[in-house]
Amino acid sequence: MAKVTIDGATIEVPDGTTILNAARQIGGESVPPAMCYYSTLKESGGKCRVCLVKVAQGSTKDPRPMPKLMASCRTPVMDGMVVQSITSPEVLEARKSVVEFLLINHPLDCPICDQAGECDLQNLAYKHGVAKTRYEEERRTFEKIDIGDKIKLHMNRCILCYRCTFVANQLTDNRVHGVLSRGDASEISTYIQKAVDNDFSGNMIDVCPVGALTDKTFRFKSRVWFTNPMDGHRNCPKCSGKVVLWTKGNDVLRVSARTDQYNEVKEFICNECRFEHKNMNDWTIDGPRHIDRDSVIAQNHYERTDLQKLKLEIDRQIEFEKGKQLPEPNPSLTA
Amino acid sequence: MLTNRSKVVVKKEMNFWERIYLPAILGGIVITIKHLFRRSATVRYPEKKREISAIWRGQHVLKRDDIGAERCTACGLCAVACPAEAITMIAAERKKGEENLYREEKYASTYEINMLRCIFCGLCEEACPKEAIFLTDRIIETDYGRKGFVFGKDKLVEPVDQRVDVSKRQTPAVLEFKQHKQLTHNK
Repeated sequence: MAKVTIDGATIEVPDGTTILNAARQIGGESVPPAMCYYSTLKESGGKCRVCLVKVAQGSTKDPRPMPKLMASCRTPVMDGMVVQSITSPEVLEARKSVVEFLLINHPLDCPICDQAGECDLQNLAYKHGVAKTRYEEERRTFEKIDIGDKIKLHMNRCILCYRCTFVANQLTDNRVHGVLSRGDASEISTYIQKAVDNDFSGNMIDVCPVGALTDKTFRFKSRVWFTNPMDGHRNCPKCSGKVVLWTKGNDVLRVSARTDQYNEVKEFICNECRFEHKNMNDWTIDGPRHIDRDSVIAQNHYERTDLQKLKLEIDRQIEFEKGKQLPEPNPSLTA
Repeated sequence: MLTNRSKVVVKKEMNFWERIYLPAILGGIVITIKHLFRRSATVRYPEKKREISAIWRGQHVLKRDDIGAERCTACGLCAVACPAEAITMIAAERKKGEENLYREEKYASTYEINMLRCIFCGLCEEACPKEAIFLTDRIIETDYGRKGFVFGKDKLVEPVDQRVDVSKRQTPAVLEFKQHKQLTHNK
């Protein structure tokens, strides 16, 4: 077991836990954002750099701070480690710069993109980024390729998080797509125009943090904030059958897997559930989907709240805010 | 007595002059005659039209770009910004060969504003990321039925040969931004 302090809150976690996962156990505002790390996909993480944190003290044995900001999704905790996430101005500055880098080649076609409203990059940019771009050069563009009749690939929007290749490797029996070329020219593609049609391939849509992989059956059907998300389930021999139904009136426009608070799927669903059952009668409705209050999808969305639980959560947040340490003032300003 | 404006009603006996009512009637006539010589508060619409502001918020227009393609991409931001929920739209994908008709990959196949619901606040115009919707100085025509007030694309989209000038509605900041021709938005 290792004792680690993140933004003033201390927690004991098993050895080998990453800083990001330790922070998630504490919860609250100091959980670093993540664009490429995905809890249910092995080997993911370490690519996007938005989860950078400052390690102010390496461990009890070696209390020196780590020289650079560390990617929290790949750095295991040590006993006595002290980590600064939002309490360090350096980290916030770094996050801002990483967002700027991610947006350099991103087309910013949010008005057209089906992911808008539930896009991790959009949320990240709103929270940590700057409103204006300094980039004036031509953005990187790719030829459109067809990867089958269920999934739409928009390579221009890709941020190369590699999550979809992990899905193909770990969930499906045969990976037919991957990242071709190198550096600036790297692109997600299939080798010799091949359709991606494995039974669990649809999960690539859910893991994609941007709108690079979207549901072709939902393409331009409706903006996500005009739909009514409901939890539903059915008896599926292949998967858990627990899904979110994005409905409008009595029509099921889209079916997706249920995600947790970090927008990560815990139970992947099969393509049959995702694409074949667009009928309300195929599903048992569990109730309205929980949507974050600050999400645009929460427009006209009502759900039951457990007041007891809500009070406990608020108390926990207040307790967390109390324990927070403010960043040390810059010595050059106070001297 | 929260406002100190309440008056106590006194019902006292009227005297002789008050009882014959003539002075009060004459007083009323004097006020009426006075008003005959004043400037009238109304105009005889529609023969005479009052001057309105250049940034009057009247009937909406869906703009086309320089080559005549519709700017609206059915992003739904106007509809989500609308406090009266007057705007509805259905999106469609642009087909090959329609590049001159629609500016972006996606366009609004139907776009409706219910003018009975609309409160002309201009939030749709403010939300639009594509400079597609503007309010203009045109006044909505009256109608006998309710159906006529649901304006579709036939009434909203500007005709290619009769462009609606909205340059006055654009703030100096927007006009300055439009000078930067290297930005994708201005291409």
